[in-house]
Amino acid sequence: MSENSSNNGYWSANMRIISISLVIWALVSFGFGILLRPLLSGIPVGGTDLGFWFAQQGSILVFLAIIFFYAFWMNRVDREHGVDEE
Amino acid sequence: MDQFTINLLFVGGSFALYIGIAIWARAGSTSEFYAAGRGVHPVTNGMATAADWMSAASFISMAGLIAFTGYDNSSFLMGWTGGYVLLALLLAPYLRKFGKFTVSEFIGDRFYSQTARIVAVVCLIVASTTYVIGQMTGVGVAFGRFLEVDNTTGLLIGACVVFAYAVFGGMKGVTYTQVAQYVVLITAYTIPAIFISLQLTGNPIPGLGLFGNDVASGVPLLTKLDQVVTELGFNSYTAHHSNTLNMVLFTLSLMIGTAGLPHVIMRFFTVPKVSDARWSAGWTLVFIALLYLTAPAVGAMARLNITEMMWPNGGINGGAVAVETIAEDPKYDWMDTWQKTGLLDWEDKNGDGKIQYYNDKNAEMQTLAAEKGWVGNELTKFNRDILVLANPEIANLPSWVIGLVAAGGLAAALSTAAGLLLAISSAVSHDLIKGAFNPRISEKGELLSARIAMAVAIVVATYLGLNPPGFAAQTVALAFGLAAASIFPALMMGIFSTRINNTGAVAGMLAGLIVTLVYIFLHKGWFFIPGTNTFTDADPLLGPIKSTSFGAIGAAVNFAVAYVVSGMTKETPQAIKELVESVRIPRGAGVAQDH
Repeated sequence: MSENSSNNGYWSANMRIISISLVIWALVSFGFGILLRPLLSGIPVGGTDLGFWFAQQGSILVFLAIIFFYAFWMNRVDREHGVDEE
Repeated sequence: MDQFTINLLFVGGSFALYIGIAIWARAGSTSEFYAAGRGVHPVTNGMATAADWMSAASFISMAGLIAFTGYDNSSFLMGWTGGYVLLALLLAPYLRKFGKFTVSEFIGDRFYSQTARIVAVVCLIVASTTYVIGQMTGVGVAFGRFLEVDNTTGLLIGACVVFAYAVFGGMKGVTYTQVAQYVVLITAYTIPAIFISLQLTGNPIPGLGLFGNDVASGVPLLTKLDQVVTELGFNSYTAHHSNTLNMVLFTLSLMIGTAGLPHVIMRFFTVPKVSDARWSAGWTLVFIALLYLTAPAVGAMARLNITEMMWPNGGINGGAVAVETIAEDPKYDWMDTWQKTGLLDWEDKNGDGKIQYYNDKNAEMQTLAAEKGWVGNELTKFNRDILVLANPEIANLPSWVIGLVAAGGLAAALSTAAGLLLAISSAVSHDLIKGAFNPRISEKGELLSARIAMAVAIVVATYLGLNPPGFAAQTVALAFGLAAASIFPALMMGIFSTRINNTGAVAGMLAGLIVTLVYIFLHKGWFFIPGTNTFTDADPLLGPIKSTSFGAIGAAVNFAVAYVVSGMTKETPQAIKELVESVRIPRGAGVAQDH
């Protein structure tokens, strides 16, 4: 185990996963739910459009997926880099 | 049996259950007292955290705000769930590794400064007190209806109950009581929603029914809803009418505020392992999502029911409901009961014996009204916070469902209010008085100061709750803005940057807190005292940015000030850099310990 975690692959692997996750997090909420809603207005969902669904339900489901994916993936990265809890 | 007795049975029964579990769990675990929290599975911990977190704002207030605004209030849904992503990815695992019990301890240690710790405690107290004001609004509505008294009396009785509940406080620490509270809360929220969804759409899952077809007309429910509300001159339900920038900032404020609220973060300090902290955040969101996926359906369906009740003969052309019908038809009993609380009212302004409900600010409607001899909207008052509690009555559901909802609403409001009061009192007695001003205070003195702090907080919150700065969820949103601007940036920079030093962090937190607090006070009145505001949220100081959305700007100010000040002052000591490095890796996380 390296003394300085910033210089090893573990921390940069973590930062990479966090960045990807946060891009998706922003895309489904601020993106599909608000700013990009006009672009999605052509896709009908139950009397309204896809953007409305993302704003009221879709984003929440994606948030759940992100957190569980991150937990699963990071716990694996912990083991690969030998920094998991014994 | 009348409704009052049934409500009493449900509310009394649920409280007996919580107390029973508290006594049972306490007796069984005395020997393992110091191991508390270690044996708790992430799923159980998630359920307890969800109960702790979902308050009057989520349960009583949110669906009502969505119902009367529609799409534009989706910010509450995205904001209060999206924050858990930030919590799970950016804070929870590292704070667990750090291994202390409170947020202010982390800030004090990471920024090697007693001042930083005190500033963090002050931020915590300001945000929590604002949060309690919102809870008291919800408590007032629930007790007013449940005891069939006016809102003010309900609030005063509720305040006494909250205080007693918080003093009895040990219950708060017992995970299984919170699990029971979660079960009561989610059952109470979903059962009426299922009934209503079946009535309107034939689909037993409300979240799916929202996007289904309205059985009566055969068109999609949301299309139908858009039709009936625009016909009365209101904004359509599904379209975007508000300012986009404000909506983005509001959503962001709620998200980062969620990740900055100490009473939620604290729950992740006590899970057994760092990997469990990650899972725990996911499970918490699962249990929160059960309510949050249902809430938009509750809002939309209630709006449709209410509108159709006011225009029972096929919309605006069929004639409005008669005053006589409201007084005599049992279907309209809910209007009479809620009128007693002072939160719902109507007035036959033009004396035609009917109550016309429409948007009298819409120019087209004003022309139509002149033709028809209407002199303004006659459903003069509909407090948004009553919608969820009134919903089962509006839909004519059995009386046991109404009792269940009363029990659920009180569980949500009381547990969170009591939890926040405990957080405030321990911050004052433990962190401020013992930690900073008088380290040799006796245990008795510490307890006494905790009680006094709690009493002061509830008196202040009750006083301000009588004239709240907004509906329950809006007041709570202000608390989130304050947490977003002060606590979250300090925690995040403490973990992800070694550059930020003591001076930078203190300057950042103070700048974020002060600028946000001043912006809120300018719009909502100084110290929330009505009438002392210079601006209103209808015409805010900075372009379209309302006071509820300012937390995101405050957070940006916090980050910027911290970076600039840190760059100009002495570098972080090597020992602190090593502390940050150790927080970043899970290995070696022992049991969380008090200092």
